[in-house]
Amino acid sequence: MSTILDPAAGRAVLQQNRAGRGERFLRGLRTPGGGVFVLLVVLLVAIVIQNPSFGEPESFIRFIGRTAPIAIAAIGQYFVIVSGEFDLSMGSVVTMQVIVAGNLIGDDDSKVIPVLVLMFVLGAVIGLINGLVTTLLRVPSFIVTLGMMLALLGLVLFWTGGAAQGNPADSFRQIGRGGIEDVPVLEIIPYPVIILAAVAVLAFWLMRRPYGRTLLAVGDNDVAAALTGARVWWVRTRAFMLSSLAATVSGILLVGYAGVHPSVGRGYEFTAITAVVLGGVVLGGGRGWVLSAAAGAFALEALFTLLNFMGVASTWRNTVQGVIIIVAVAAAAQSWQRKRRGGSAAAHSEQQRITAAPEPAEGTDKGGN
Amino acid sequence: MTRKRLSTAVALTAAASLLAMSACTTDPSVTEDTGSPAASAPAETTEAAQEWFSQALYDEQFEQRTADFQGDEKQPWLQYIAGDMSDTSDFASTGAKKVCFANASISNPWRQTGWITMNQQLKVLQDKGVISEMETRDAQDDSNTQIADIDYFISEGKCDAFVISPNATAALTPAVERACETGKPVVVFDRGVETDCATTFIHPIGGFAWGIDSANFLTSKLQSGDKVVALRILPGVDVLEQRWAAAEKIFKEKGIEATDYFTGADPTEIKKIISDELAKGDVQGIWMDAGDGAVAAIEAFEDAGKDLPVMTGEDELSFLRKWKDTGIDAIAPVYSNFQWRTPLLAVEKIFAGEEIPAEWVLPQKPIPAEELDDWLKRNEGMPDGHYAKFGGEDLPGYPEVWQKRQIP
Repeated sequence: MSTILDPAAGRAVLQQNRAGRGERFLRGLRTPGGGVFVLLVVLLVAIVIQNPSFGEPESFIRFIGRTAPIAIAAIGQYFVIVSGEFDLSMGSVVTMQVIVAGNLIGDDDSKVIPVLVLMFVLGAVIGLINGLVTTLLRVPSFIVTLGMMLALLGLVLFWTGGAAQGNPADSFRQIGRGGIEDVPVLEIIPYPVIILAAVAVLAFWLMRRPYGRTLLAVGDNDVAAALTGARVWWVRTRAFMLSSLAATVSGILLVGYAGVHPSVGRGYEFTAITAVVLGGVVLGGGRGWVLSAAAGAFALEALFTLLNFMGVASTWRNTVQGVIIIVAVAAAAQSWQRKRRGGSAAAHSEQQRITAAPEPAEGTDKGGN
Repeated sequence: MTRKRLSTAVALTAAASLLAMSACTTDPSVTEDTGSPAASAPAETTEAAQEWFSQALYDEQFEQRTADFQGDEKQPWLQYIAGDMSDTSDFASTGAKKVCFANASISNPWRQTGWITMNQQLKVLQDKGVISEMETRDAQDDSNTQIADIDYFISEGKCDAFVISPNATAALTPAVERACETGKPVVVFDRGVETDCATTFIHPIGGFAWGIDSANFLTSKLQSGDKVVALRILPGVDVLEQRWAAAEKIFKEKGIEATDYFTGADPTEIKKIISDELAKGDVQGIWMDAGDGAVAAIEAFEDAGKDLPVMTGEDELSFLRKWKDTGIDAIAPVYSNFQWRTPLLAVEKIFAGEEIPAEWVLPQKPIPAEELDDWLKRNEGMPDGHYAKFGGEDLPGYPEVWQKRQIP
């Protein structure tokens, strides 16, 4: 996993600097991107202590199922953030897709497939617009996606007047609500869990492909990446498209899980960004693991569930969540910075070792401006 | 490094402001009133000393639930509880009049249903030559917009009568007073303002009556020590807070353990809350301060494979249908949607010089299980977001206009 983080040093250099698997694993856990997994485990254990029935396989798999939409959104947001941009339009894309599904499918089973195709096309087009305006017109993505967020929200309000008119056909809702039943031990494997697994595998694979490596390089230093011949505008635009497509998948799952309502998707961009940052991905780009972003989403949801089980009064919940999120993100930011400075801890010495390698490649520490 | 740190700071600030902003823009999908809580809260807190509960209002509405209503039962939108009447003989005049309507919003199915009904009522009165036209300004849940809307109507000077559905109690009071000062008739409905200058204030009995009806039903079906989850849309809105204040009092008295949550009417949130509660232990009852999202609550029980709860929803058809399908033990409290007809009929009476109630309290009767089939039958073919007690069956365009949700 750590190879994603490694600068473009030669493979031989890498091998030379590699510690044993166990040590690398421990070292990984001490980075923010690995730490989130530790945090997640701690939170889950705390939940089970609070409420042992949560640990039963069926409850647990359902927890994964209901967290799948936000985890998928976080994975989508990761691509944009790691390329050095933001996608604030995500929540509105989710809302729009939910309303599209509700209004266009209605009770007609035969419309499920065409509308699904339409939703993916819509998602891709929105991402394309976000990406092209950001990269070619050089409008900061913060503004572009903020504008897109408001535009889509307005469109939804115009279309619905702000109220839902009913759920789409049950066959469509099964995607987010149903699952493979009569599975031993688990009783049920919700479809969202399967879809999340597929998305995670795809994202992991994509980040190991040349595209993923270029994306990281672009996020770290787009000038350098452009000089190496990468088409920065197209790399980033595709990241925006991935983000909108992930939001579309989330929307499809949410229609099934919850039903159609204009409030579905509200605040999703914020939750997704928080999850990504909690997963140790650096805002500004260039650093972070895609699966940590998904783990960040799970940690966030586990935190909310824990607060719920602890009986924190409803009026206080937002405050508690807010404080914990700020602390977690601040801690992650500190930790990355220590690492960048080449801190004293052994866990953080990976870069030093590389620099101390026989033939250090040029620009090893290219992010450290 | 500084670049990175800076952008982190910027992003976090931005994310925070974004959260605040999305809270405003997509705000409340509240059923009756989407008033900004901040604006309405201070007014209420001074009255009730930070507590939404008022024993006097509770007692008054408790009585009104069984009070005698004047007028024809078949036209509940014209019924009222006997009380002070407004003399309108000074307004009596012939000819078609222009009505100006300052609407808080149509951002939830309850308001949309009422808005459709109101427009069909308008057509009847236009055909009768009572109203020439109705100019409507929609404040989109924003009190400032609505104040500007009312001032625009006043300065335009072409209104013969004002109809106002206030967005927030305290914030809209001065604007309504300015409308009164024009000497034209003013009709306020749904939520109130803190002035009695209006010719009439039209509303169903109120939030306490809702809370009493719904909580009494739950406590009659449950035993002391049972668990009720209360799903509330958002804090700080008086009509909703009063519903919960009444229900909470009754739950406490009867030893029912009630936990309340704010859901923003978001079905995702509702499902999460119920799943977590079910993971903690059994839940015997669900109480809702508005029916929006009731279906998601029932689905959460279905998904978890648990016994369905005793439940209170609202007369929204999505809930009534789910109630029928699942056969749960339920009641549908009603915040009479037919009140949207009354303001224009009041305007008709005002220009005819007929006296009308100064505070026009409309009937507000929940739908019990015995009446469920009847209400479902009467609303066959209506969409899920429709409200059973919309009271527009005798208006032109019924039922197509409501079925197709032709929002003007």
